Formats: sequence, structure tokens, C-alpha cells
Amino acid sequence: MIVAFDVSGLKRLHWYQLLLRFVLGGAVTVCAGLVSRHWGPLIGGLFLAFPAIFPATATLLEQTQAERKRRHGLHGRRSGRKAAALDAAGAVLGGFALAAFGAVAWLALPRVGAFWGLCLSGLAWLLVALTLWWLRRHV
Amino acid sequence: MELVWRFLLGGAIVSAFSLLGDLLRPKRFAGLFSAAPSVAIASLSMTVVHHDSVIAAIEARSMIFGSVGFILYVWAVRRLLASGKWPSVTVSLAALTIWAVTACVSAVLLMRSGL
Repeated sequence: MIVAFDVSGLKRLHWYQLLLRFVLGGAVTVCAGLVSRHWGPLIGGLFLAFPAIFPATATLLEQTQAERKRRHGLHGRRSGRKAAALDAAGAVLGGFALAAFGAVAWLALPRVGAFWGLCLSGLAWLLVALTLWWLRRHV
Repeated sequence: MELVWRFLLGGAIVSAFSLLGDLLRPKRFAGLFSAAPSVAIASLSMTVVHHDSVIAAIEARSMIFGSVGFILYVWAVRRLLASGKWPSVTVSLAALTIWAVTACVSAVLLMRSGL
């Protein structure tokens, strides 16, 4: 299957879904900062890989898929859960890329500074994620 | 004030990545963006601005251990959801204990190793 942009996905989004993600993302970032401040960066850093919005994304995905199936007169509960499982399967691959981001940031930040350090880490995340995705499909 | 900026930056980056995930097809590919380093980008940027790169590097090193917890978490969620028996909300929230246990074990190991 070819990777593509599906703009119709935007029409299915509700404003409260966007707000929920914004608030959850902001809250987890604040929590990571507070943990780091009280217990040090060694412990605070663990929270940089906290599955911040995954529960909300999976739940909303299940609801949206189930709603779509119901509109066609079908029982959508199971289909919604399968859709969320597919999202989680992609996230497993993304998790390895997340570790690569951390490794590159650890090595690069003190050497090349914040801007280039974060650029290199982001690039490492993208490369590892796309490589694993390609391997998953072709090997 | 730092916390307000953290909240706004974290919220904006997390929203941007999740919006990208909504637009992409197939779903498995979009799932890659569920593991986007959005919180990490926001947190590390703020740490560098308010502290220094060395502190940010220590956070990034711990993040590798947090990522192991993340991988175990989403792997378990995928297996449980694929069975179709339990709703996403129950599975994804209950499985957070897997991340928490991994994080606690990592924290103990990191502190004992004296790194």
C-alpha cells in the first residue's frame, strides 16, 4: 500500500479532539519538566518517552472507525479496535526511532549545540522510522 | 513563566505531529507518528534555553530507557487490541503500568550505575 495524505481525515476531526491533544501534550511536557526539576534530569528524562497522547489517539481512532461503520449499518466496535491495533503496530516501529532520537541527542547536544543537536536527532528519528517501515513491508 | 512556555510548546508540537498522523494513510504508517518525539523536542529545547546542553544530554540518555518502556507498552497494547475483546480506552490506560514499571526499573538501574 502506498503512503498518502488523506485530507478528508481533517473533516472527521472535532475541535475537542484537537484541544484534548494540545492539553495532554502540554501537561506531559510540564510534568517532565517538574520531575526533572525535583528528581534531576536522570529521572526526568525517562518522561520524554512517556506515551503522552497514545491513549487519547487510540480511543478517538476506535470511536471514529466505529461511528463510520455504524453509519453504514454495521457493527463497528471490533473494527474500531482493529484500527487502533494497527496504529499501535506502527507505534512499535516508531518506538525504536524514539530510542534513536534519544541516542543521537545524548551524543550530539553537548558537541554541536541545541539547534543542530535537535535537527540531527529529528533526522535520526525520521530515518530509523522510515527504514523500519520499509523493512517491515519488504523483508 | 517557564512552565507556561513548556505547556504551550509541548501542546503545539504534540498537536502538530498527531495532526500529521491523522492525515497519513495507511494507518500502520500513521502509527509511526504516535511515537513522534514531540514531548522530547519541546522538553529538550526548554532545558537547553533555561539550563544547558549537558543537562539536556543527560535527559536524552534517560529517554533511551523510557523508549524501551514505550516499545513494550505499544507492543502489549497492539496484542490486546488485535484480539478485539477490550476497548481501546481500557487497554491503553491499563497498559501504562508496563511503561511505569519499566521506567521505575530503569531509574533504579541508572541511579545504581552512577552514570
